[in-house]
Amino acid sequence: MDRTKKLKFIIGLSITGLIALMTIIGIVKTPYDPCAMDGAAKLAGISLKHPFGCDQFGRDILSRVLVGVRETMLISACVVFIGVFFGTVLGTITGYFGGWLDEILMRLNDAVLAFPSVLLALVVIGLYGSGRYQLIAALGIAFVPSFARIVRGEVLKIRNLDYIQAVRLYGASHLRIIVVHILPNLKTVLLSSIIIGFNNAVLAEAGMSYLGMGVAPPAPSLGRMLSEAQAYIFSNPLTAIFPGIVIVIMILGFSLLGDTVKKN
Amino acid sequence: MKYALKKTATMIITLFFVSVLVFFSFSLIPGNPAISKLGTEATPERIEALSHEMGLDKPVTQRFTEWIFGVIRGDFGKSYSYSQSVTSLLSDKIKTTLLLSFMAIIICTVISIPLGIFMARKSDSKLDIALSTINQIIMAVPSFFSGIILTLIFGVAFKLFTPGAYVSYKTNLLGCLGYLFFPALAIALPKISMVSKLLKDTVLKESEKEYVRTAYSRGNRTKAVFYGHVLGNALIPVITFMGMTFADIIAGSIIVEQVFSVPGLGRILLSSISGRDYPVIEAIILLLAFFVVLSNLIVDLLYHKFDPRIHV
Repeated sequence: MDRTKKLKFIIGLSITGLIALMTIIGIVKTPYDPCAMDGAAKLAGISLKHPFGCDQFGRDILSRVLVGVRETMLISACVVFIGVFFGTVLGTITGYFGGWLDEILMRLNDAVLAFPSVLLALVVIGLYGSGRYQLIAALGIAFVPSFARIVRGEVLKIRNLDYIQAVRLYGASHLRIIVVHILPNLKTVLLSSIIIGFNNAVLAEAGMSYLGMGVAPPAPSLGRMLSEAQAYIFSNPLTAIFPGIVIVIMILGFSLLGDTVKKN
Repeated sequence: MKYALKKTATMIITLFFVSVLVFFSFSLIPGNPAISKLGTEATPERIEALSHEMGLDKPVTQRFTEWIFGVIRGDFGKSYSYSQSVTSLLSDKIKTTLLLSFMAIIICTVISIPLGIFMARKSDSKLDIALSTINQIIMAVPSFFSGIILTLIFGVAFKLFTPGAYVSYKTNLLGCLGYLFFPALAIALPKISMVSKLLKDTVLKESEKEYVRTAYSRGNRTKAVFYGHVLGNALIPVITFMGMTFADIIAGSIIVEQVFSVPGLGRILLSSISGRDYPVIEAIILLLAFFVVLSNLIVDLLYHKFDPRIHV
């Protein structure tokens, strides 16, 4: 059992490292301009010049995948940040103070939590239109409740520990207790939920951009590449396979890493 | 019985809050739907006439009460972009989406429960390790990508179905079920790996408890202990998880409908979002919320039946 866990951790870490590398390459320099069209290379197969082939406009798929990974990772990072930040604020306040505010906010939280994040994000996009920033806001809102719930549970546990009572007897203010004595102890819980959050955010971002609700074309995104490639699935299935496999690898890396961190 | 009543009342209250939230957030969007329908060059008289026809000149609270009483009677108002009532527009599509979701739920249950039991009984064998590895990978495949792979394998290579050639359940029920099998499988696949993994883990955890040892010491055979004692207790967390999965499956069908061109709620939701057809969006969100809340209610009741000590 321990050996498989170690193996999972190593594989998860290497995949995450690979994703980080791809993100950096996507930010710094891709082999080709991801939006440059080459009429001679339309739907070109795998070659040394284009290791992943080309799409229907002759754009290099490897370059588009690299930029797509960058987009997905940046959007996911923003989404997870929004979720963690507001989730921690909400969870700490409700968990620490309790009372009617806790009752109302948590009922609301549970109601929102019951809805799948893609559905919630579609509602927000229905209200404010589609685009990169709307997508970040939409998914961010959908991610707050799960973090709030986890943080609240942890704060409830810590609040009743002896050392908090002791600090309170010293006359420390609520703010000091929260910032100095409770928040640092949330680190471990937050780490594992951030990794799982990334797992879910990548999945949701890819799903939304597959539906055409993400980054606007011609900017590349992994989900949109899949939906565009579907039209050529009979003649050229490879255009769909590469972006799809990259999405799978990203999610696999985060889920393996999340599994091992959670149990420790 | 009292428990069921209390739960149903909570469900109705939740749905009421959802409808208030949905209606007012869509009413507060700036811009007059009558103008967007007629275009900016329309004369003020025509805009006023259409606003009156669409009921937009009435105060928001009055519109809300009219809308909510309509919803209770099953009338969701009129679509902005199609000249027909939302109810008639959606009635076929609801059935298609529900059919797809139910098929996915059935496929998920039928495969994952035996698979989980099998994996638990063969735990730590080579076969179990192989299955667990496959499970871990399948869990990471989003349903739209597994949908594309299924299309490639069964549609393009084996020609078991024609991608995009959806048959309505009205003309050919069997053909429709046949076409929906692969989309349903695409939705169910990641859920199958999650449920079977969870079942295996809970069975293994449950097997270490003392009552199992007692059952063995009374001379029961392995099978009797497993099916008579362990499985029932191990299924409780699995049922909760599956309840949460129902909501995911309904949401998943929105995406997978797009992969297989199934004309369900998902497709019309997407086109209504881009066409800013608010009455249709409101109706679909409310319907999906209803299904989600209803499935949660059913799970809570089942959960209570399996273990009467639990009051969620």
